[in-house]
Formats: sequence, C-alpha cells, structure tokens
Amino acid sequence: MSEFLSLHAAVAGLVRPGDTVALEGFTHLIPFAAGHEVIRQGIGELTLIRMTPDLLYDQMIGCGLAKRLVFSWGGNPGVGSLHRLRDAVERGWPRPIELEEHSHAAMAHAYAAGAANMPAAFFRGYLGSDLAAVNPNVRFIDCPFTGEQLAAVPALRPDVAIVHAQKADREGNVLLEGIVGVQKEAVLAARRSLVTVEEVVNALPRTSPNAVVLPSWTVTAIAVAPGGAKPSYAHGYYARDNAFYVAWDAISRDRGTFQAWIGEHVLSRSAEVAS
Amino acid sequence: MMTVTAARALTDDDVCFVGIGLPSAACNLARLTHAPRLRLVYESGTIETRPDVLPLSIGDGELCETALTTVSVPEMFQYWLQGGRITIGFLGGAQVDRFGNLNSTVIGDYARPQVRLPGGGGAPEIAACCRRIFIVMRHSRRAFVDRLAFLTTLGHGPTGQERRALGLTTEGPALLVSDLCIMRPHPETKELQVTSLHPGVTRDRVVEETGWPVAFSGVVVETPAPTARELEVLRDLHARTAAAHGVPAE
Repeated sequence: MSEFLSLHAAVAGLVRPGDTVALEGFTHLIPFAAGHEVIRQGIGELTLIRMTPDLLYDQMIGCGLAKRLVFSWGGNPGVGSLHRLRDAVERGWPRPIELEEHSHAAMAHAYAAGAANMPAAFFRGYLGSDLAAVNPNVRFIDCPFTGEQLAAVPALRPDVAIVHAQKADREGNVLLEGIVGVQKEAVLAARRSLVTVEEVVNALPRTSPNAVVLPSWTVTAIAVAPGGAKPSYAHGYYARDNAFYVAWDAISRDRGTFQAWIGEHVLSRSAEVAS
Repeated sequence: MMTVTAARALTDDDVCFVGIGLPSAACNLARLTHAPRLRLVYESGTIETRPDVLPLSIGDGELCETALTTVSVPEMFQYWLQGGRITIGFLGGAQVDRFGNLNSTVIGDYARPQVRLPGGGGAPEIAACCRRIFIVMRHSRRAFVDRLAFLTTLGHGPTGQERRALGLTTEGPALLVSDLCIMRPHPETKELQVTSLHPGVTRDRVVEETGWPVAFSGVVVETPAPTARELEVLRDLHARTAAAHGVPAE
C-alpha cells in the first residue's frame, strides 16, 4: 500500500545516490517539485532516464547530479537547445555526462516492456539510423515467425520512478488525466515509485471508468505537492507557463545566471513552500 | 511561403503526424482552409485534435482539450504509428542530404561533438512507418549538405536505394519544402530535384545555398504565391497564438 509522506521525507527515503531514476511526464505533469527536492538534497551519481529531458533535467544536470542520461530527445520544446545539457556534453561542465541515446519509439516500448516484466522490447525501428551504431543497447533480431528484422532494446527498469498526478484518494489510489505520457508504464516498471499529487480527496471522481488509475498497491509513496508540475501543467488545475519555457533559454545559457537562478528558486526554498 | 506551400500538400484524406513549429502551422492552416477534414495527431497522444491556437510544445493542454481522444505515448507509437495508421509525417533537422536523410543528433564527432543537437525523438520511426514524409527546412549550405555528420533518420538511404533493401514498404521523403523551392525525389535515383522555385528565387540562388551539385527537374515551375485568404487565416492563427501564450510562436 502506498504511504503518505512529506515531499522531503519521500525523496530522502526513496532516492539514493547512484540510483537509476525516471522522472516522467510528457510535457504535461512533469514532476518539477520532486526534482527540485532531489537537487536540494544533493542526491548525486544518478542515471537519469526520461524520454524528453527538458527543463527539469537541464536543471538537475546543471547541478552535477547526473553521471548518465538515457533519453530520446533533449531540447526545450518549441524553444531550442538545453544549454546545461549541451555544456555537460560538449565541455564536461559541471561534470562530463555519459549518454545512452534512443528514439521515442524505443523508449516507449522499453518502458512498456519494463511494466510487462519482459527482458526487452521488440519493435519495428532504427532501420538505417546511425543511432544503432553508437548505442550498444540497440540490437536487431529476426522474427522467429516471419524472418522480419526487428529492433530490440532492453526493458527500462528504474530503481525509482517519480511522476506527478492530479489526485490521490485517502487509500492512496492515484488518478492521472489528460496527456498521460509514459507515467503509468514508468511506475509499473520501477522498483520504487513516488507520486506527487495536486490534492488528496475522499474518493476519486468517476469521470470515466477508463481513466488512468494507479492502484494504491502499485505506488510506494505519495506526497502532496500543489503546483508540483509548474512550469509544466496539470490538466484541470493550471496551464503550462509557456513564457517561462521561453525565458529559460536566456537563464540557462550562462553558467552564472543558471547558478543564481537555482540558488534563488530551488536551493533557498524548502520542499514545503516550493513550487 | 514555406508554411503555405507545405499546407497545400495536405488533403482531406490525410492523417498527419504533426511536429511543433512550421509543421504545426502548416497542418492547422490546411485544416482551416482547403482540408477541413484533415486529421491531426501529435506524438504526445492526442488524436484528431483541433487547436484554436498553435501549441508551443507537442503536449500543450490545448491539444488534449480539443482532441477526439488522447492515448498514452506507448500506445501512440505502438498502435498508431507502427500500426501504419498515419499517412503523412512532417520532419526537419539540422542537416539534410540529397536523398532526404536527416541529422538531428550531432555536428562533429558523436563522442566529442562540436554541437549537441536535441536528438531523434520520434523521427527515426516516423520516417519508417508513415506512408509518406514531407521535409520542411530552411535552405542553406550548412543545412543542405553533401555528407551528413550523423544519419539520425533514414530518408532514401546513403545511395538512395536502401529503403527496400531494409524491408521498408513505405514511400519515405516525397516532398521537401524550403524557403527557396520545392524538391521531389527522382522516381528512379530518389535524389531530390528542384521542381518548383518560389517567386523571385533564381536557380543560381538555390545552387549557391545547396551543399551538393543540385539537380533541377526537366520542368521547373514557379510556386504559386500565397493567396489573400491563406495569408489572412495564417496571420489570424499567429495572432491568436501570440495572445494566448504571451510569447510569439513560429
């Protein structure tokens, strides 16, 4: 059964130095508050997994927490480059970062394989791409029935998955709505999971019997973090702060400006008043 | 000019995998003008979405609120893209070669790149699984290169003949729209050839801005200029977008 913890206690209890960590959310419901708490606690040597390592991972990488990144598209959506990621890859600042690079299809299939307790994912992909040559975790097999060549990637099995959701009920069942991304797969694939939520309600609304619900017994811990996805968004609660995504380009371009921003907006806050 | 020309290539029968920026503007312009039944799919999982303003990102709330349905990202890539349901995929990149292969990974050596680009995202499988691919890119010698630094996304392959050898049955790049011209693959060699020049653009200009000895098809026409209605709809779309986001969208 999921346990209700403060954000500080949840991150301290679930995320350990050297862990493989997936903070997921496809544009929507990105767990910024939880990621900022990882930065405040200075939990390092992480392997970070995320399909679209956008601003949150730019911040964590810029703070030197990541030794390795598993990803499929690393940019600021609709804006341009991630300057902290580029600084780490191109110049090794604040530390070099090792990349394991995939396509979106590969990551999506690999999470689904992790959730399904399969060793690997098989799909039609990577044909003719140099990505297969630079990533030893991309291989090809022949279909035993048709002989068709298929791509294979190992299942993603994070030590801990962190996602944000709209609601949990008092039993610890979690509801996600809107663009649901790969969050369900990431939680089910992970050994431990933390879900931050906008609010706790007596009972989840039955808006649709097919809504995405993570039953209490699939989640390790829940922490209440209102506004915990900002500047990303929570469908039904607040909109995406597109202006901040644009502003991040200038903030992140320079090491000093970036560090000043982290100092003021992350390090000087506490988990309880952040976001 | 690029947006309007790309929009005109879309029809009511298409199911289109839409990327952010120019493809998104082109697809929505088509939907608001000559192709009202055009179905738009964004890789965040939104199917048959009808946004009133252009999204800044692939997963803005506007896309979900106006969609017929929204599915998970694994479902989007497994059933809808790999399942062969998408007719047109729009792609771009930092570099394109004469056979429509694309680089969006690195400039320079992979392990020690001069420029680290965002990466492939959905492009490698979009290029393989959509029935046809439209490429939209600004024309320059730095982008239209003789040799890619990295082949992220297969077009017609390094010699133009690799798709069939790899077992792909989809068409691959069928159209490239730049700010100077329209290019289409030669039916046999698959090399991109200029088929239409935008108003005021000379052959010399295209030659100068292309990093390989660019070929022109037997008949080269002039791209029709945007109509008053196309420009009006596009301007309104951009104005609504700027007002909604508080930032100028492309």
